Amino acid sequence: MGQKLTPGDSRSNLYNPQLGMTLIVKTVTRWVKGFIFLFGVYIVLYGHLTPGGGFAGGVIIAGAFILLTLAFGKEAALERMSKTVASEFDSLGALMFLMLAWLGLYFGGPFFVNFIQRNLPGKRFHLFSAGNIPLCNIAIGIKVGTSLFMVFIILSVLRVVVKKGERRMVQMKRRGE
Amino acid sequence: MVTLLTVLLFFMVVGAIIAVETKDLLSSIICVGAVGFGVSIAFLFLRAPDIAITQVVVEVLVLVILIRATISRDVTAISGDREFFSMTVSIALLLVIFIFGLEVFKSFPQFREPVFTTMSDASTNTYIQRGLIQTGAANLVTSIILDYRAYDTLGEATVLFTAILGALAILRAKARKRTTDSSEGNSDQ
Repeated sequence: MGQKLTPGDSRSNLYNPQLGMTLIVKTVTRWVKGFIFLFGVYIVLYGHLTPGGGFAGGVIIAGAFILLTLAFGKEAALERMSKTVASEFDSLGALMFLMLAWLGLYFGGPFFVNFIQRNLPGKRFHLFSAGNIPLCNIAIGIKVGTSLFMVFIILSVLRVVVKKGERRMVQMKRRGE
Repeated sequence: MVTLLTVLLFFMVVGAIIAVETKDLLSSIICVGAVGFGVSIAFLFLRAPDIAITQVVVEVLVLVILIRATISRDVTAISGDREFFSMTVSIALLLVIFIFGLEVFKSFPQFREPVFTTMSDASTNTYIQRGLIQTGAANLVTSIILDYRAYDTLGEATVLFTAILGALAILRAKARKRTTDSSEGNSDQ
């Protein structure tokens, strides 16, 4: 995210005027996408201090990639996060959350005990406080963001065509063709 | 504030009825979106910013996915009449649910009066009094969903994970080959 792409770049085929939406949408997306991503990260990181949290922030992060998909076509988004990477991050977030829960058991206490807060409590109302609640937020944010991006890719870029009793998947045609 | 909420509720009910009754799929989806944004504004006025943020964000995402799916699929109209029998059954069921709901609402505390002001042993009291000390999180909602009620969140995450797993398994573009050539099939998942 946030890298500048010049026309001579090897990835410049992503900025092909034939793909995606109009120039206005593309320009606004180019300015706004990084801010949306950063806002999602902020919502995740400050989930224990301000309204928000892992789920809402994760959905905003997914929204940044979805905006990219809508404006530039799916290649632009899949270049930054391919389906393989997205599913790996999805599993990573779920495993991280489960690991945090299990570590509570390891450090002496029930499953899901807030062991960091118990052993070294942070300063209240600061970013580094509340023990493993921010870590859980980060795990859920990674999980939700990548998995909702995958849902979008699966549901709207690919489509199921029922033809003469045969059910098969085709890539979605570009608009205007 | 009660009048505002009533107006919002009326707007949402009208939107929901239109969403169910209209023949055009795209306007139905837009009405669903209007209902969702009405819900999020209602949450905001009821002082639940956490839920309001989540509602807005999920609503936008779902709206984009649904509109994209309907536009690309060329399915814009629903045809066919309702059956008389199913109509009567659903209306009768709705009436029963409405009467039971009225009975339940009688046992609720007054509107704008939280339950912990009338019931001294509500668990909300514990959260408000000791939440910050025990968990250290300034946002009580997060401290509840990730500390006191973390099992719920784990269950939610599992549900989401399983749903994605099923969607990926069913809706993948290429079927995995049965022969030894499995490396190519794996890379495409």
